[in-house]
Amino acid sequence: MSITAPLSQHHKHCDDIFARAEEACANGEWASGEEAFALLANQLETHFTSEEELLFPAFENATGMTSGPTEVMRGEHVQMRDLMAQMKEALAARDSDGFGGAAETLLILMQQHNMKEENILYPMCDNALGASDIGASLVDRLKAS
Amino acid sequence: MHPSLSFDQAPPISVPYRFFLAAPWFGVLAGLLLAWSGGDVLGSRWTPEALALTHLVAVGFMLQAMCGALFQFIPVAVGGNVWRPILVANTVQPLLLLATLLLVAGLLRGIPDLLAIAVPLFLIALGGFVIVVTLALWQTPATGMTLWAMRMAIGGLAVTVLLGSILAEALAYGFSVPLIALTNVHLAWGLGGWSLMLLAGVSYHVVPMFQLTRPYPAWFTRWFGPLLLVLLLAWSSQLAFDQAKWLPVIALPLLLLMSVYAATTLWLQFSRRRKIHDATSLNFRVAMLAMLGFAVSGGAYFLIPGFGSDPRSVVWLGVLAFIGVFVSAISGMMYKIVPFLNWLHLQRLGAPMSAVPNMKKMIPAEAMTGQLRLHVLALVLLLAAVWQPGLARLAGVAFAASCAWLGWNLLGAIRRYQIFRDQIRASALHR
Repeated sequence: MSITAPLSQHHKHCDDIFARAEEACANGEWASGEEAFALLANQLETHFTSEEELLFPAFENATGMTSGPTEVMRGEHVQMRDLMAQMKEALAARDSDGFGGAAETLLILMQQHNMKEENILYPMCDNALGASDIGASLVDRLKAS
Repeated sequence: MHPSLSFDQAPPISVPYRFFLAAPWFGVLAGLLLAWSGGDVLGSRWTPEALALTHLVAVGFMLQAMCGALFQFIPVAVGGNVWRPILVANTVQPLLLLATLLLVAGLLRGIPDLLAIAVPLFLIALGGFVIVVTLALWQTPATGMTLWAMRMAIGGLAVTVLLGSILAEALAYGFSVPLIALTNVHLAWGLGGWSLMLLAGVSYHVVPMFQLTRPYPAWFTRWFGPLLLVLLLAWSSQLAFDQAKWLPVIALPLLLLMSVYAATTLWLQFSRRRKIHDATSLNFRVAMLAMLGFAVSGGAYFLIPGFGSDPRSVVWLGVLAFIGVFVSAISGMMYKIVPFLNWLHLQRLGAPMSAVPNMKKMIPAEAMTGQLRLHVLALVLLLAAVWQPGLARLAGVAFAASCAWLGWNLLGAIRRYQIFRDQIRASALHR
């Protein structure tokens, strides 16, 4: 298994939780929506920090590329955190339109972010970091959450 | 490491939008032309009106939208660098617009000079577009079947344009070509080699992405494009050999192949994880059902002599393909891409993110689903009008209205973009 395969799998895991949260809030099932949203927030944060604290610095050290793809990915993490904050606010206000709009935006942003990671950045990381033991640390992080 | 890697080079918003904004209005023109003509213009694919209608939809609506989408999709989905996108878009789009109008007027009124002027314009506009896109698609370090499908599709566009140019020149200057075979091959590359290939390649990404479906099966994405290409090459051999009796042997597997694509997409949508429906997912569903309808009708065309010998059957197939499959799929795509691009470009203005309205504030959901309903009604009326010429005018009005509503929805999204942009800039000045 490649170094980044667990991160790709974790994307799918987050997708599942996203779908649960979105559906519940669209149907006005706020209690289960809140539960799924809390899990989503936790899992996304774990994913982002695993990349920002482990994978990206290792990639940047190995390649010397500090202003390329990793910078773009960090920027998109900020945007996704912000959309999550908007969703949290809408959830607290029981505003299903507001939640749905922010969720729709997060979904597209998240999917095209994942696409860029899975198709371009992760293969580059696998190439650059093939000899390192970073994969085990990533798995530990994702499992601990 | 990867010097040509384009990671965040979505083009300026004006690049895709100038194509997206123009596309629906060609559909309006097509609808108005049909409403104006009335009568039995759908009685055969060779009436001047049918030829004009086909190109208004194929080149005016579909090609405009697909070119605009490629400018956006290549950097984002396959990491390719499109060379000077603003310059290319600003050159290609007006030329394409003008060439389309000349071609349609030439076909409709039978004016050779207009066709003769349209051909070089098409060759310059689309030749330039094909070269720039091909370079971007070949230089990207990305891999995957979407990239290969896009590479094959751009080849399909080149073949379509070349064959179309030969046909138009033949009509303009009156030299002799195997008109029917050449038209059949031109049509197959336009609908199959370019449009279907691109739609499939884009679907590999966007169907799982928008609706959280499972990915398309690996065997499918590996084989679909190459098989389509081989079958289209076999279909093209009718230019060299007189082989009418062999055509069904090539056509039936082609129809089967597109049925597998449509059925797979419908199955993925049916078993999706995201249960919420929107105008995009419903448009895609209409497109895939129309594709299955096309495949079944295409089978009947070759296997049931009474149906195949009626010139209306080809028009029926045309309505299913152009309006049912591609206008639906493209409308659905634009309804997702435009709100997202609005949001993406607005939040890049540097405002606090909470000041940027979310995607659902860009086009009202009811306006999109209402337009979709009208589009389906127009499709049904158009299909009926093939067999009941008395319905042609009504079908034309319905299609024109549906496309005008689509155009209005997109214009509304752009107006909102401008309003939000001005608000964000004004509040930045006051901070």
